[in-house]
Amino acid sequence: MKCRKCRQTAAVNMRHHRLALCAGHYITWIQEQTERFIKKYRMFGPDDRVLVAVSGGKDSLALWDVLDVLGYRADGLYIGLGIDGGVDYSNRSRAKVEAFVAERPHLKLTVVDVAEELGAPMPAAADLTNRGKEKPCSVCGMTRRHIMNRAAHDGGYDVLATGHNLDDEAATLLGNTLSWQVGYLARQYPVLPADAGGLARKVKPFFRFYERDTAAYTLVRGIDYMYDECPYSVDANSIYYKEILNRLETDRPGTKLQFFLRFLHAKETSRAFAQAQTDVTLNPCPSCGQPTANPAGPCTFCRTWEQVRERLVTQVGPTL
Amino acid sequence: MTCHAGRDTLSPMSIKIVYRDEEFEVEPGMTIRSAVLKCGLLPEAVLPVVNGKLVTGDYIIQEADAIKLVSVISGG
Ligand code: SF4
Ligand SMILES: [Zn+2]
Ligand SMILES: [Zn+2]
Repeated sequence: MKCRKCRQTAAVNMRHHRLALCAGHYITWIQEQTERFIKKYRMFGPDDRVLVAVSGGKDSLALWDVLDVLGYRADGLYIGLGIDGGVDYSNRSRAKVEAFVAERPHLKLTVVDVAEELGAPMPAAADLTNRGKEKPCSVCGMTRRHIMNRAAHDGGYDVLATGHNLDDEAATLLGNTLSWQVGYLARQYPVLPADAGGLARKVKPFFRFYERDTAAYTLVRGIDYMYDECPYSVDANSIYYKEILNRLETDRPGTKLQFFLRFLHAKETSRAFAQAQTDVTLNPCPSCGQPTANPAGPCTFCRTWEQVRERLVTQVGPTL
Repeated sequence: MTCHAGRDTLSPMSIKIVYRDEEFEVEPGMTIRSAVLKCGLLPEAVLPVVNGKLVTGDYIIQEADAIKLVSVISGG
């Protein structure tokens, strides 16, 4: 197969776009498309300060690289969860991020270590809570969202960017559709405006790329990323939905893309799910100040971590 | 795990495909896309790297190729 632009041997064939490109033209294509969708969805401008949440995985490092190449003012945020899982998961992920930055010394990285800041790592902290006993993911996700919002707010960033790709979005959409979670469907969108209460504006500049395409970008760009998954993600629903979507995609190229784009189109043109957009009043949490739906008391993050610290004390003994 | 894609008996020319901690055996002469499918994997979920270079699905497997399939799915 030949590159459509230069007729050299292609490195990547995107069946959903009927487009094959050589390594060099593929790199340019990904960068140009990212720019195009940042502009089309008015995600941010050249003067905005962007905080990229980087995990060490392919999508977030690829995103940071592309934003940097495009000349955006993008800093990185790495959240150290302290997950070991027998594979030293968090330390190895952090090493990938630090190696990425070492090759690009002009980039600024902020590291937040959960155990240092909050008193316990994952999953030990989640184990101590009522909601995280079985699986750490709900406590972990909520904690990460809180830390991201705080870092964006404290650092004076205009926007928080995550590396979610089209497969992530399509898998979420499939999950929410199978259970008709209209509230979630109402909120799913590649750009979420800032909230008056102080929640950062959130954008997903890679939402149009297949997971295969962002992985290909890291390979041809020579970006070394954390290949292993978090050990707690093994039977995540999202992976199951992604596999199902990939089966459809193999038989009918473009299925995933159309599934998600037509959902967006329905939201944009016929205001689908708009009535499910509940206007919950958010109040500042008396403890941390972040907006919360809890009218009389601290937010979920503060309550959960308060529980962790109380139980840590009873576990370890008050003298320590 | 071994997948003798292409032929029932293992020929001395068979090529090894590495995917995570699994290994498959395929015959030279077939496309990488059909090799991936015959090994029970989805072409949509892997990227074929041959001799260190990313290739498209129509690439014809040659003798002495070193083939790795990079999984693209991440979860959580
Ligand atoms: S899989 Fe679960 S525990 Fe692991 S990083 Fe994701 S949310 Fe956290
Ligand atoms: Zn080219
Ligand atoms: Zn709070």
